[in-house]
Amino acid sequence: MAFPPLDSPQWQSPWRAFAWGLRSITQTILTLVLFATYLGIGALAHDTHFSLLWALCSTLFVWAGPAQIILITTLGSGATVIQSAIAVTVSAIRLFPMVVSVLPLMRTPTTKRRELFFAAHLTAVTLWVECHRFLPQVPRERRIAFVNGLGFGLVSVCLTANTVGYFLAANLTKTLGAAILLLTPLSFLFSTARNSREAADVVALALGVLLYPLAAKMNSGLDILVSGLVAGTIAYGVHWWREVRA
Amino acid sequence: MSFAQLIGDWHALFVLFVAGVIPNQIWRMLGLWFGGGIDEGSELLVWVRAVATAILAGVIAQIVVEPPGALASVPDVLRYGAVGAGLVVFLLTRRSIFAGVVAGEVFMLAGTWWLG
Repeated sequence: MAFPPLDSPQWQSPWRAFAWGLRSITQTILTLVLFATYLGIGALAHDTHFSLLWALCSTLFVWAGPAQIILITTLGSGATVIQSAIAVTVSAIRLFPMVVSVLPLMRTPTTKRRELFFAAHLTAVTLWVECHRFLPQVPRERRIAFVNGLGFGLVSVCLTANTVGYFLAANLTKTLGAAILLLTPLSFLFSTARNSREAADVVALALGVLLYPLAAKMNSGLDILVSGLVAGTIAYGVHWWREVRA
Repeated sequence: MSFAQLIGDWHALFVLFVAGVIPNQIWRMLGLWFGGGIDEGSELLVWVRAVATAILAGVIAQIVVEPPGALASVPDVLRYGAVGAGLVVFLLTRRSIFAGVVAGEVFMLAGTWWLG
């Protein structure tokens, strides 16, 4: 799909720009990965005894896959509201630098902060990656409309996937239901590994996986937080050793 | 499945907002309000990102080690094997997420079928 040239009259209407954003979801393999991930989240919600409305609200209002599976898994295994909230908020801190780095791509001197509200809400790793790829081809004054269209399309795909996954988990044989649940750990493991550029990221991912079973043996109810804090801090130590000390 | 089951109870939705939506959304809104002047490469953010990655890794491990629902019916060796097989293919295909996921799924399904 080729976008119209930057000075084309096609970009004059914000709704046209929204439609181009919506159409661009067909231009990326990440849409397929998101679909598989949210299929898994729908199935996970079903098998952890959450309602479909709950799953859809979590996609619409949280809109961050890692936070959603952390929330479902911790609440489902009996963590308190406070423990889940802490795990979710730590996983969400990464959204702060993402929003900070992506919004300047859409801002013009006259842009008001409230116009960026939806773009900020829609910011998550997929949108962040795609903005860097697509936005240079979109005139600056139409970028907010374009991003809203792109985000609207991605959210719609994920809500559909949640619904399909939820009903598949309810109706499929045990084996196929298990296959859909397995989508979540696989897609998150590989997409996180793919996004790992520094040694610290790889160490955090590998140690985080390996330390969890040890932390779970302590049965403190804080397993995820303990293993995350220890593995993450060791990974930071590796980063410090390589970069700062060097 | 009844309509009431699909809606669920209001308490669970309340917990979703308190434990999920607010703790997550607060960071985006902070980014929107205090956007300028943050150094993306600051050491604090590197540490935060490492801890966040490790927490997500822990959740991935939890789903495989203490599986929910239907996944619990799959023997340990097949669940761990599926992750291992997926990882090998992911690395061999120059980090293709798609190939890794498909390989893991095929391993688990083939294993379940083979074990009967």
